Amino acid sequence: MVSIGFFIYFAFAIVVLSLLVVTRKNPVHSVLWMLLLFFHIAGLYLFLNAEFMAAIQVIVYAGGILVLFLFVVLLMNLREELSIGKYTTFGPTGFTFALGLFVAVSMSLSSFIAAPPGKYSIDLIKQETHIKALGKLLYTEFIYPFEVASLILLVAMIGAIVLAKRRLKS
Amino acid sequence: MPGTYLPTEYLPVLIFILVAEAFGFGALLIGVVFRPKKPYPEKLMPYESGINPKGEPRTRFAIRFYIIAMLFVVFDVEAIFIYPWAIVFDKIGIFAFIEMVIFILILLIGYIYAWKKEAFVWD
Amino acid sequence: MNMANVISPSTVDALIKFGIDVAIILLKIVIVLAIGLLHVAYATYFERKVIGHMQVRLGPMRVGPHGLLQPFADGIKLFFKEDIIPAQADKVVFYIAPIIFMAAAMVNLSVIPFDANFVIADINVGLLFIFAMAGIGVYGIFISGWASNSKYAFMGGLRSSAQVISYEIAMGLSLVGVMMMAGSLNLSDIIRAQGESIFGMYAIPQFIGFIVFVIAAVAETNRTPFDLPEAESELVAGYFTEYSSFRFALFFLGEYIAMILMASLCTICFLGGWTLPWYVLKIFPFLSYVPGVVWFVLKVYAFFFFYYWIRATVPRYRYDQFMAIGWKILIPVAIGNILLTGLVKIILKEVL
Repeated sequence: MVSIGFFIYFAFAIVVLSLLVVTRKNPVHSVLWMLLLFFHIAGLYLFLNAEFMAAIQVIVYAGGILVLFLFVVLLMNLREELSIGKYTTFGPTGFTFALGLFVAVSMSLSSFIAAPPGKYSIDLIKQETHIKALGKLLYTEFIYPFEVASLILLVAMIGAIVLAKRRLKS
Repeated sequence: MPGTYLPTEYLPVLIFILVAEAFGFGALLIGVVFRPKKPYPEKLMPYESGINPKGEPRTRFAIRFYIIAMLFVVFDVEAIFIYPWAIVFDKIGIFAFIEMVIFILILLIGYIYAWKKEAFVWD
Repeated sequence: MNMANVISPSTVDALIKFGIDVAIILLKIVIVLAIGLLHVAYATYFERKVIGHMQVRLGPMRVGPHGLLQPFADGIKLFFKEDIIPAQADKVVFYIAPIIFMAAAMVNLSVIPFDANFVIADINVGLLFIFAMAGIGVYGIFISGWASNSKYAFMGGLRSSAQVISYEIAMGLSLVGVMMMAGSLNLSDIIRAQGESIFGMYAIPQFIGFIVFVIAAVAETNRTPFDLPEAESELVAGYFTEYSSFRFALFFLGEYIAMILMASLCTICFLGGWTLPWYVLKIFPFLSYVPGVVWFVLKVYAFFFFYYWIRATVPRYRYDQFMAIGWKILIPVAIGNILLTGLVKIILKEVL
């Protein structure tokens, strides 16, 4: 009962915060609302018995990626943009697209069938702690996605430097 | 059964966060009552060693900050992958150690590239 | 549905139990906060005395006997000063930046085990929680620099936050060796593992990690020799140039709480926390009667003394020099330490 109450709070707060993020004129305010949003997502992970995921959410997303956003937002001179009234022209196109997206998402959600519960029940994970359970699987059964992840990170690193250096030269 | 798990050990953390925020806001709000408030334009100008400030306060940026932030994200994710490996290190055998060495070596390639391209050099 | 079903005795019992739990937690929080803030206040006094004596002068002497009431005088002064918000500053963001910074530092106090059974929150990812809050502290620094609408503050905030994130990686990686040896992220488990291990303290087998961590900790808290973004001669006071009165005090508080946190993390991970190594207990068996929290506090203060010592002794690094140290030296050394520890553990497992 209590967890359902928390879930309702988190879900409601996440929707409201997302709306706040996209509707603020001042980009720094958007980033700060997004920070609060990430904390709520981490809270959701906590209630799903995934404390390591909650920690990662805050460390990488809130503490890394959002800081990157903040750097970019603050280092651009944004005085002119704050005075624009509307960012895009809404109207039929935007609305139809949003409606189509909503229909697609609700159809996919309603056709969701939960898989049968596997070996890792709540008690087993509580006993063994989430990180150890995750670690035991990740580095033995899921080794291939793990190594692919390192290649993706390599590409990201090299790509960022190439793009930035090109800008530096021009 | 879904919905029966409660992360009870995080309750103190939640309470502490609320207390810390309350402490900060409270300290500032109580001060409002006690402080003098005599603003005049000279006092409110941003400080620039006594000279009148001129120019846009936000200057053109160095792209180096962006590179540092990007590299930080990549290395942070790498560190995230290393933490669970370190915890279960005893239980997953030698092969997992070699896999992690491969992981680190691949990222080392990127690191050496960044080094050569002087991403870590500031003027 | 009549009322008798809803308000049954078991739910009332559960509510009462919950209320008692919350009350106990609040009591623990108040104790830790009160003691913590007192320590912070006296850390500033201790620092001025130590640096003063190292510079062959006396430090604060006037307020109270030997200047012992100095921190209270400073606090009261800051509380009553005028609160200046510079023109055209973004008021809301200006207001919350110091609170974010201080709250991010303070919340960490909830996961630190001060003694064998005194932790406010015994969570299984304690170490990662501390890393997460260190990352959030960056926001406080950066946003305060921006919101002040002043060139100096903004540049100071930018450079400070770039410094903090650079050394965060080195700090995290240096602790991986400790994670490997203890096999857990739970801070109490790490301390107990040290108590049971043959070395007594992880600083001995993990001395490379220890050195990297200490350097990274000094850089993370923006202390000398890494405090160029705050350096008085260069950028006035860096990202908090425009902050007066209690907002300044909040930043200051946040910085010293971060120092306490780094010192506590060092004692937990490398110096054994509230335990004493078995060889010391063999020589002086009566020491096992002393409560563990005493050793914890002693080790934390030893680390503080180290902080003040290097502040009084070592000259400041130039900004590009210490960014180079963070990226070019500390990260490869920390990764080397990880691989070395792994190798040694495997060899020992094969041999034994």
